[in-house]
Amino acid sequence: MQPVGAAVPLRVDIAEKTFRSAQGVSVTALKNLSFEVRQGEFACLLGPSGCGKTTTLRILLGLDKQFSGSFQLPEVGSHRIAAVFQEPTLLPWRTVEQNVRLALPKDLRTKNLDGLFASLGLTGMRSLYPAELSLGLARRAALARAFATEPAVLFLDEPFVSLDGRTAEQLRRLLLAVWSARPTTALMVTHNLTEALTLSDRIIVLAPRPAHVLGIFDVSLPRQHRSPDATGDLLRSFHQTFPGVT
Amino acid sequence: MTAGDTGDRTPGGSADISTRSGPAAALMPALTVTISLLGLCLLWSLAANAWPSRAFPGPEEVWQVLLREAASGDLFYHLGATLGRVAAAYLVAMIAGSVIGILLGSYRGADRFFNPWVILFLNIPALVIIVLAYIWFGLNEVAAIGAVAVNKIPNVVVTMREGARALDPRYAEMAAVYRFGPLDRVRHILLPQLQPYLAAASRSGIALIWKIVLVVELLGRSNGVGFQIYLYFQLFDVAAILAYTLAFVAVMLVVELLLVQPVERHATRWRRRPA
Ligand SMILES: Nc1ncnc2c1ncn2[C@@H]1O[C@H](COP(=O)(O)OP(=O)(O)OP(=O)(O)O)[C@@H](O)[C@H]1O
Ligand SMILES: [Mg+2]
Repeated sequence: MQPVGAAVPLRVDIAEKTFRSAQGVSVTALKNLSFEVRQGEFACLLGPSGCGKTTTLRILLGLDKQFSGSFQLPEVGSHRIAAVFQEPTLLPWRTVEQNVRLALPKDLRTKNLDGLFASLGLTGMRSLYPAELSLGLARRAALARAFATEPAVLFLDEPFVSLDGRTAEQLRRLLLAVWSARPTTALMVTHNLTEALTLSDRIIVLAPRPAHVLGIFDVSLPRQHRSPDATGDLLRSFHQTFPGVT
Repeated sequence: MTAGDTGDRTPGGSADISTRSGPAAALMPALTVTISLLGLCLLWSLAANAWPSRAFPGPEEVWQVLLREAASGDLFYHLGATLGRVAAAYLVAMIAGSVIGILLGSYRGADRFFNPWVILFLNIPALVIIVLAYIWFGLNEVAAIGAVAVNKIPNVVVTMREGARALDPRYAEMAAVYRFGPLDRVRHILLPQLQPYLAAASRSGIALIWKIVLVVELLGRSNGVGFQIYLYFQLFDVAAILAYTLAFVAVMLVVELLLVQPVERHATRWRRRPA
């Protein structure tokens, strides 16, 4: 399902999001947060821990409706959204393949997934239960589930945290491979600047809580040219634009 | 499931673990159970010989009655009637109790309001519910099965309410993002999480239900094991009473071994293969 015509981008305009605890303490997580993600673009939300990134994604996923403001999702193709959560969130009582197929709409349930499983290195794991997978493999299964649905927009919430460096690196490459095969409007949350610089087309830099946009950093260098050296240059230019942001 | 109050009656209880570790290991518990039951029969036989009385027949006598009743077909007719009521009451109680329990577990306000009702019903004696059901709805099958179910429902409600409180919201959120249909949510999100609670409610459920069914039959039905026991009580025929009781216990054991345990093994297969 390729995007057709002039597409409406993902547009976010959240005026305020405040959590109120039972004790009456209120925490304002988001304030005047607005940004856009263009059609087919891979964007990163970069911000310090606890600034409100997960909160933003939860609002966009429709899981949290208690906020003021609005947002708009792309109106192309499937209208579907997909998410890779901070934890893999696979159903432990279903196999890897069942987990992926269950997320598919009825008309796609029986589609051939061989290519997707192969590209994520999951071919031999299709009939395993999540408890039999390492965290890295479970994360790959979560990626497979998200991409299998052919979403109009894909949300990823720090999909590579608590993995060792090599595994995370390998997963980033796999993510890029499946994403390039079918470029999908994607918004990924991270607090890892290097990760954002390797993966994204643009970085939306958030201020500490309450989150709002400090600025946008466009990474115009094509991904295949982002060698370690080039990424180092990008890093320097990022630090010039956003001094004090790590 | 029939082992609600006497753990010894489930040979499969321990076989559960050992079936996977070779036939020899699987045979051991079965052998132990057989020897244990034979020992009980022997003790019973010795005691019956030591105090011979019509009120205390030995195992051979009970066996003879069992064969006689089986040959005439009575045994199967009455076992069937009781089994049917147990199954119907079980289904009604599990479905109604699960729905109520899940609702109470999901909505705090409803739970606070209805909790006193649950406690009230938990504490109404089974006999009172049965008598009132017969008075209000007549001596019929619906009243009988309904009375048994109502006795069991509060227990199911309490167990399933615990289960609903323990539901992990992350799975529901995943299902919401990926737009699972209502049926898929029940089948793949809700039921698997509730499975341990359903199993617990079932186990204690059938043990309780079949005992109450006997009372219901005794008070207002004209067939079933309970009716037969009442009949032979009036005739003071202890051998027949024991024959019917043991036959029904055996039936419930078979149900446990051939139905409940395989279903449970299937439902928990994903737990058996740790990483
Ligand atoms: N349910 C909640 N109730 C109250 N406060 C909350 C709730 N969820 C989040 N918060 C608060 O909102 C703020 C933002 O949380 P959020 O989880 O969005 O941060 P984050 O940017 O995703 O952080 P991290 O990088 O650690 O995942 C935090 O200060 C957090 O304490
Ligand atoms: Mg977060």
